[in-house]
Amino acid sequence: MTEFSTLSIKETISSLKNKDFSVSELVDFHITSMESGRELNAFITETADIARKKAIDCDQNYSKGEEKPLEGIPLGIKDMFCTKGVKTTASSKMLENFIPPYESTVTQNLWNDGAILLGKLNNDEFAMGSSNETSFFGEVKNPWKNTKGNFTVPGGSSGGSAASVAAGMGLASLGTDTGGSIRQPASFTGTVGLKPTYGRCSRWGIIAFASSLDQAGPITKTVKDCALLLNSICSYDSKDSTSSQKKIPDFEKATDKSIRGMKIGIPKEYETDGISKDITEYIEKGKEWLTESGAEIIEISLPHIKYALPCYYIIAPAEASSNLARYDGVKFTHRVDAENIIDMYEETRSQGFGDEVKRRIMIGTYVLSSGYYDAYYLKAQKVRAMISKDFKEAFSKVDAIYGPSTPSTAFELGDKKKDPLEMYLNDVFTVPVNLAGLPAMSVPVGLDKKNLPVGMQLIGNSFDEESILSIASCIEKSAKFDLSPNRWWING
Amino acid sequence: MTIDSKLVERIAKLSRISLTELEINNLSSELDNILNWIEQLSELDTEGINPVFSSFDEEETKYRTDEINDGGYREDIISNAPLTEDGFFLVPKVVD
Repeated sequence: MTEFSTLSIKETISSLKNKDFSVSELVDFHITSMESGRELNAFITETADIARKKAIDCDQNYSKGEEKPLEGIPLGIKDMFCTKGVKTTASSKMLENFIPPYESTVTQNLWNDGAILLGKLNNDEFAMGSSNETSFFGEVKNPWKNTKGNFTVPGGSSGGSAASVAAGMGLASLGTDTGGSIRQPASFTGTVGLKPTYGRCSRWGIIAFASSLDQAGPITKTVKDCALLLNSICSYDSKDSTSSQKKIPDFEKATDKSIRGMKIGIPKEYETDGISKDITEYIEKGKEWLTESGAEIIEISLPHIKYALPCYYIIAPAEASSNLARYDGVKFTHRVDAENIIDMYEETRSQGFGDEVKRRIMIGTYVLSSGYYDAYYLKAQKVRAMISKDFKEAFSKVDAIYGPSTPSTAFELGDKKKDPLEMYLNDVFTVPVNLAGLPAMSVPVGLDKKNLPVGMQLIGNSFDEESILSIASCIEKSAKFDLSPNRWWING
Repeated sequence: MTIDSKLVERIAKLSRISLTELEINNLSSELDNILNWIEQLSELDTEGINPVFSSFDEEETKYRTDEINDGGYREDIISNAPLTEDGFFLVPKVVD
């Protein structure tokens, strides 16, 4: 039998074209993987029936030679994307039984290209979290255990998206990234994750968290797969007024491009930020790989980067408090009955939202409230302007910025759950990118001493995903990272 | 700035979230911690800086014709509501 789980999308497509196996066989394999991996809790809703049915159509398309670019590729989709007729919960009790009457634009783009929905993936509630421990449907386990044999978190908020790909349940997945929610989990699970430039993908049909920061993006096994999915999901969409009409390049081509002569910046501010020793060693190794491939490493400065995290924790909660006002017990599934309408709102929201969501709504409401707006919200938007300017200046000297995705590798389940602030600090390297709307990705480079994956982050200039894909491809070739956790959920 | 339980109750009211005694106590210290940490932004001189509310290039946004191009599926839209009648969302009595 073919070992489907080791194949990339690219390899799978060429095997399907060769008739080495059928889409139905491929889909059956991934359904079995999904079902035997339930202990990981990566999926909230499994859609095996939908997948089997579509596989038959896909096989016909292959036999007719009419296959589309992603024909027959089974994918998991984060439960933040509305999928028509398939329950979409945002991992919240508030939307426990919500069945969207419409499809998000990015998922529609994937289905139009022949991809198959395997199931909906667990995440932090309303995408608020960095460990996938805030989900109403329970925590997700990272397929990578540490050397003590303890469970670790898959990162968040796209924890299910990352864990499923690392465990070989689906060939790739879709996540969303508001402050690192694709890149941090990709880094924790040894997968490739990319957040496109703000505006590259339509946000229509994605359950909104912080609208000026949210972007959809792929989590995959390889850099090339990441480019293939990016080619599919990016499009101009008149239903999202912040979706860009800029020409969409062929991202796959960028993964074959040499990086000779490219200038890659390393922010000097990164050196003081309490990065674990193992990760520091990989940063150095990465520099060597890039230099050997003909790139030039340049020290740059992002003087205001240390203010990005507190700035984000004003802006994101402010937007969230406004976006989540719609969950009032009137229009969506969850309601607590009460005598009067105000009590109904208050009880519905009290029972429907988890602790972290409540915390962020409260912060957001406070910083937007009368008397505090200027001191917090407006101040943060000015700091955001300064951070964006830092990046703009850096990109006048370099083609991309290189550094770690996270300050540490995956921490143990429950480790940071009690202290919200400590959890927030995990996103120190990923958040600045969202504030400036830039594209960035995490690519796996190896394992640390705890036997956990390490990811490096590449940040590109606005609408230049191509440069970071070229560099990531080069790092991937040098690192030769073997993506295969010990399958303890099957082998025991 | 200190976040005490009274302020938490006020913010909760504005957020339309009812809280238990325990939640109020926990949130007072958690929000106090978080907002004190956020306070470091005051070190920065932002005089004369124009705030940026979105990284999206405004020049790219275009006016569109104001026309109806969608609609006609009321049943779909209310299908997720907990209580409806005759195509309307139903809520507890608001006026006596």
